[in-house]
Amino acid sequence: MRPILMKGHERPLTFLKYNRDGDLLFSCAKDHNPTVWFADNGERLGTYHGHNGAVWCCDVSRDSGRLITGSADQTAKLWNVQTGQQLFTFNFDSPARSVDFSVGDKLAVITTDPFMELPSAIHVKRIAKDPTEQTGESVLLIKGPQGRINRAIWGPLNRTIISAGEDAVIRIWDSETGKLLKESDKESGHKKTVTSLAKSSDGSHFLTGSLDKSARLWDTRTLTLIKTYVTERPVNAVAMSPLLDHVVLGGGQDASAVTTTDHRAGKFEAKFYDKILQEEIGGVKGHFGPINALAFNPDGKSFSSGGEDGYVRLHHFDPDYFNIKI
Amino acid sequence: MAHQGEPTKLRWGELDEDDGEDLDFLLPPRQVIGPDDNGIKKVIEYKFDEDGNKVKITTTMRTRKLANARLSKRAVERRSWPKFGDAVHEDVGSRLTMVSTEEILLERPKPLGSKTEEPKTAGDPLAQFQKGAVLMVCRTCGKKGDHWTSRCPYKDLAPPSEGFVDKPAASDAAAATAGATKGAYVPPGMRAGAERTGGSDMRRRNDENSVRVTNLSEDTREPDLLELFRPFGPVSRVYVAIDQKTAMSRGFGFVNFVNREDAQRAISKLNGYGYDNLILRVEWATPRAN
Repeated sequence: MRPILMKGHERPLTFLKYNRDGDLLFSCAKDHNPTVWFADNGERLGTYHGHNGAVWCCDVSRDSGRLITGSADQTAKLWNVQTGQQLFTFNFDSPARSVDFSVGDKLAVITTDPFMELPSAIHVKRIAKDPTEQTGESVLLIKGPQGRINRAIWGPLNRTIISAGEDAVIRIWDSETGKLLKESDKESGHKKTVTSLAKSSDGSHFLTGSLDKSARLWDTRTLTLIKTYVTERPVNAVAMSPLLDHVVLGGGQDASAVTTTDHRAGKFEAKFYDKILQEEIGGVKGHFGPINALAFNPDGKSFSSGGEDGYVRLHHFDPDYFNIKI
Repeated sequence: MAHQGEPTKLRWGELDEDDGEDLDFLLPPRQVIGPDDNGIKKVIEYKFDEDGNKVKITTTMRTRKLANARLSKRAVERRSWPKFGDAVHEDVGSRLTMVSTEEILLERPKPLGSKTEEPKTAGDPLAQFQKGAVLMVCRTCGKKGDHWTSRCPYKDLAPPSEGFVDKPAASDAAAATAGATKGAYVPPGMRAGAERTGGSDMRRRNDENSVRVTNLSEDTREPDLLELFRPFGPVSRVYVAIDQKTAMSRGFGFVNFVNREDAQRAISKLNGYGYDNLILRVEWATPRAN
């Protein structure tokens, strides 16, 4: 396949997200402007100006009308996707790390980092249909996890919130009461910071990637460990194909290994694994730096990866990809 | 009389005599054979070259689509949204988005799964070939009994490292768990779960059943040798020495049989056999191989 290279960001990429129809790709990077691209040919549509810090995460509503972004400037902002206009700003006391719209787009979960004496927290905000009615008040505030929460998403039917972070424990919280429902087992879980989390297209299982060079597949309701995928590199980003049983892991390089391994250009790859057999199917090389973000198009026929090098690479699969057999 | 000043202009009245042979000045129309299933389009044009000869030019083109965009109605609307933010000042020549010049493939790791075949062949790895089928192992994709490496349909895969010449039973999990503490490269032979003694035994056994064939004709190649030696039993490998510069056979080659008895029979029967105008000499590859 011939990837399409998009160099709109001057700083490392942090997050990639496709809209539900699969025609728009939103990219967040450490430069302060999230960008939206057309997902078929990589043409840039626009950029959103307003943040004063690295944008860590974004999510787009189901009708592709609203975009929410979380940034290190201690705000999360709501945008009009089409015009690029800022609709609302949620202010926090510490950098906002992860954002996610609920099913139905009426609520959003935003996590904030621990900052000075403030512990990390999970905020749930109501999103009004009419942006003029939007308020900044929280519906729910959960405090408790130690360390940074790197990713928090809604569970099935918005009943639960799943969070994962620096303490390597995955937690499931009740979204109405804020009570902790489940925690992942320390023995069978990750050993180091969980960097990324991706839900399956039906929401029944999710994948977490961690700096302990593995990714694990969990059941959403019971939080039992289903599968483990082992790599040689710390995992920065994970994605699951909505079409085939494939799991993609993108990673970096251990800081200690930087000087001993030779830095050949284009060597960082996104590794494909068979979801069920846990075996490596192959890798897609090309990035000049560690891969920080991965996303699959909802139709399963293309995927994109964003790296430390500031490039977004959009890959449309060759027909052979769909015939891969182990 | 008025026409005498224009000798090249033809009058239809003069064309009666010949049945259209004088219509040579006319060229057949341009034909376009539209893109077929593979996207191949042919355009056939005719023109006159310098000597006045009619020349037929066939141009074959293949259009390759990078991607299919089937957009929903709303997506089509979004396509016509005006640009905003930084994209407003985008000039057409901006190199923000470009297609990669390299073809990137999903590179498969070592030979693919004969994982399922492992338990079956636990006892005698060659038991399944007692019927006399040729034990063909393709080095690129690891499939047994289907095709040789040179005929691999998956030729574009990254070729596996040397350690895996004839180890179809190598476990894929070995590739995934590198296990090195530093994250440095671990050679396949040293990874957890890599077969070591088993593989080398098989190879050595095969090399002891190696038959050298000399006095081959210039255009003899591997398939020819395979065809010649196959009737004696399963063959695991054939090799013909080729001179790189002339691309012709250097006159000798090697055939590795799976079973020693078959190799012995081949030697007895084919030594002195006339093949392509030359008398073959067939013997054990290592003298007195026992």
